[in-house]
Amino acid sequence: MNEPVFVAGIGAISAIGNNIAENLNALLSETTGIGKMTGLDSVHRDQLPVAEVKMDHQALASLAGLPEGISRTALLSAVAAREALGSAAIPGFGKLRSGFISANSVGGMDRTEKFFIPFMENNQRGRLRDVVHHECGTVTELVADKLGIKDQVTTISTACSSSANAIFFGARLIRNGLLDVVVAGGADSLTKFTLNGFNTLMILDSALCKPFDENRKGLNLGEGAGYVVLVSEKLAATLDQKPICRLSGYCNANDAYHQTASSPDGTGSFLAMSGALQKSGLNPADISYINLHGTGTQNNDIAEGTAIKRLFDPHYPPMSSTKAYTGHTLGGCGGLEAVYSILAIREGLIYPNLRLETPMKDLPFRVQTRLQRHAAVEHVLSNSFGFGGNCTSLIFSKA
Amino acid sequence: MNCYIRATGNISPQLTAGHPPFLAGPLQEYTGTRMNCAEPDYKDLIDVKLIRRMSRIIRMGVAAATECLQEAGVSMPDAIVTGTAYGCLEDTGHFISRMVSQNEELLTPTAFIQSTHNTIGAQIGLMLKCNRYNNAFVHRGFSFESALLDAMMLLQEEEAQHVLVGGIDEITDYSHTILSRMGLYRRGHASNLDLLEQPSRGTMAGEGAAFFLVASERSATDYARLDGLATLYKPDGPAVIEQKLNSFLEANQLDFSDIDLVINGRNGDLKHDQVYDELKALQICPQVSYKQLCGEYPTSTAFAVWMAANILKSGDLPPLLAPSVAEQEKINRILIYNQYGNIHHSFVLLSAC
Repeated sequence: MNEPVFVAGIGAISAIGNNIAENLNALLSETTGIGKMTGLDSVHRDQLPVAEVKMDHQALASLAGLPEGISRTALLSAVAAREALGSAAIPGFGKLRSGFISANSVGGMDRTEKFFIPFMENNQRGRLRDVVHHECGTVTELVADKLGIKDQVTTISTACSSSANAIFFGARLIRNGLLDVVVAGGADSLTKFTLNGFNTLMILDSALCKPFDENRKGLNLGEGAGYVVLVSEKLAATLDQKPICRLSGYCNANDAYHQTASSPDGTGSFLAMSGALQKSGLNPADISYINLHGTGTQNNDIAEGTAIKRLFDPHYPPMSSTKAYTGHTLGGCGGLEAVYSILAIREGLIYPNLRLETPMKDLPFRVQTRLQRHAAVEHVLSNSFGFGGNCTSLIFSKA
Repeated sequence: MNCYIRATGNISPQLTAGHPPFLAGPLQEYTGTRMNCAEPDYKDLIDVKLIRRMSRIIRMGVAAATECLQEAGVSMPDAIVTGTAYGCLEDTGHFISRMVSQNEELLTPTAFIQSTHNTIGAQIGLMLKCNRYNNAFVHRGFSFESALLDAMMLLQEEEAQHVLVGGIDEITDYSHTILSRMGLYRRGHASNLDLLEQPSRGTMAGEGAAFFLVASERSATDYARLDGLATLYKPDGPAVIEQKLNSFLEANQLDFSDIDLVINGRNGDLKHDQVYDELKALQICPQVSYKQLCGEYPTSTAFAVWMAANILKSGDLPPLLAPSVAEQEKINRILIYNQYGNIHHSFVLLSAC
């Protein structure tokens, strides 16, 4: 029940690159993917910057090897999941007990919102093929079928912590002896639905977001996908490639404070981080780097920072939010940031928190502002917190 | 693994809310293609101030969960896990229709906030001030099954002793119009009273919220023991389903003669029900169906588990189901077999305790 679970492969697509190599290059060259909205057809295009994947729908469909008519979320998911599985290069994959555990926040909403325009005029109108992939689970199945995975296929949706939960559910399926290998993570494409939803909450920055800055004004939405391939210890031992790292800790806790706001003391964040440490058998001092949830909203960053203070004070590991690069990819961010955390271990990197000008006055620590190479990164804590008080932390450790 | 069903809460198209005598009647009749829940007076279950802000599915989910926890006498579960295929459709529809008709201007946040798929579990957590594990599965006809698997694993891992787990889905005007256009439901006259006796093209839409408190320790008032769960995604024909069923029973050291009752997921749609006809191995077992009571929806297995738990607690079939099965001995073991759209197949095994 407590056997180690190893990471054998990773895949990513985001506003800073269409694969792992491109994402890594952008992280190293400190290039943000956030900018003017060009792909999403919204009236807010000139006011709200977003982090779009730099491929139009047609090109993305072609890259994914899927029809153009389907949700962009499925296309993003397929590209990253396929890269992850390919990089794991597991011989005889078809004979193993495999699972695809994916996450997204709004399923095929990008198509549904197109359907609703004619449908609202006349409810017998609107092409049904635009709404058949509305359900979150349908997006997952399009990709599972593409990957040829059947033994366990399911979808988790806990807002912004969705794909972190998918990764650790996948690990538990392995630990419970139900599966040998799991592709787990999540995806979300930009939609008008989420853009307008976050806009009504007045937590979108009209400039580029500044996570953990005293003068932060909110978040920028992004799109992308990130997946990991998790394998059992037994399977890892048979592979030619050495695993990249282990998933050593995880915890899901609930803030139970408010449907959308975090509690001032970050109760849920604290419980998720301390629970993950406990699961991994590590002490706070063992953590080499924290990949923060760090959305750039007033509320998240102070709650998360306060929880970190309570847990780590006075010895703070380097930490940064990579959302200044990718925007907030919602159901995809737990997966994408898990991939960045794993890359931090593999490459010995601490990523900078871009655009930080004024550190937050109410916190006794400063986030990392410079890229650090050749760092000794043993254990990385990755945070994903969401609406509904859902807080999840993962810990990746050197294999 | 030990997993006992200690308590239940069920809001469905039948009179199930408030734990009345189990399916004692009268059977609620629905004509047309839509079976909406017979909702209770929520004031007895939820703070009035909160009720006003909640959409229908949130009310149903929170109320069913509250009934379940009250029956269990558990005020703080160790985990809350929900399964919903469609999520909060009313709030989603509300926000998207306003967004379209107002061209993305002058929108308000409430519907958006409550549209996320984890809202029901989050609201339960918030109401209980429960800081523990909270998860939401949203995988079509596996949504409830995945939630149940998560709950069973949490008990097995000793991460939890009590898990609140439920399946919830709602029908809205938008969803019913769209799913009707997709050809899921009967055309012309339909009644749930003869839905299964007169199979035809299409079924009737259903909805519901069924919650369970599952526990690793036995108590004197448990409904049943949950022995196993298996799912099968897009099986390639009846032989594959039969093979899965055989290996599932074998893993539980059982064969077909050990099953006292099968609860099947027939829904009156000819093509859908053919899948049950083709599964010959099950034909030797006494069978009852349940979708004439709750309609067809992706998390209806939760209704079937509620039914199985109650049958095992009493040992007998209730009046509303009895006519379809000959007089028989006490029911000790039930197998639920449901499938949704011949894509999601699931087996749940329960026994008396």
